[in-house]
Amino acid sequence: MFKFIYFFMIVVAGTGGELCVSRAMKQTGEVKDFRPAAVVRVLLRALRIKWMWLGVGLMTMAFFSLLAVLSFEKVSFVVPVTALSYVAGALGGMFLLGERISLSRWTGIALVCVGVTLVFLGKG
Amino acid sequence: MDSHKPLHFKTFLMILIMIIAGPLGNVLLGKGMQGVGTTDIASVSELLHVVGSVFMSRTIWLGVASLLTFFVANLLVLSWADYSFVQPASSMAYGVVALLSVFVLGETVSPLRWAGIAIICMGVFIVGRTHPRTTEHR
Repeated sequence: MFKFIYFFMIVVAGTGGELCVSRAMKQTGEVKDFRPAAVVRVLLRALRIKWMWLGVGLMTMAFFSLLAVLSFEKVSFVVPVTALSYVAGALGGMFLLGERISLSRWTGIALVCVGVTLVFLGKG
Repeated sequence: MDSHKPLHFKTFLMILIMIIAGPLGNVLLGKGMQGVGTTDIASVSELLHVVGSVFMSRTIWLGVASLLTFFVANLLVLSWADYSFVQPASSMAYGVVALLSVFVLGETVSPLRWAGIAIICMGVFIVGRTHPRTTEHR
């Protein structure tokens, strides 16, 4: 049961966090200057957006769940299973960020899900 | 048309950093957490002991540094490319993490699991052929 909760946290809080961060970065604007000082300025600008803080909070929860799971499961099992966030990510991208997802992109995401299922079944 | 080439190059570079730093971070965390031991925590003192061990582990800190590198690359790429493009494109990392698990941690990966990872990479290839941006910039 604990395992399920941990995986749920990794997938849902992790994806939710990434969506919030993505929204904040879209608000920050496209990064065109990659000099360290400019990158730091962009990150500081991003920190003024509340979505960034919400995202970082959710991702922190997902991170500690990942740490907990890694203490009793193999890395080669845990990491592929967390790819279940692909469906959540695509839906979130579509409904929360207004991204359009083409048929071919859906096909790719579906293949990723099939792959994750095989990884799960190949546990041993 | 001029802006197409740099966009592709910097997208490629950031995703490359992501698929190296992300898996490396996960493998280092896995190695560090195996050293910490079980999380069957029954009391507050046991919890504090586990938390202390986590924060004292150099391997875990290296893993965190590697994941932070991944996180910054991810942030930068998300400023110009769609989340639903970046997330699947970076899933090449699943192949890398399996290889690192075998060669660094000595884990065994079953044939079925390798097949699953190969299918994940096929999915990534298909997603990678779609246009990276579907929303208009203001």
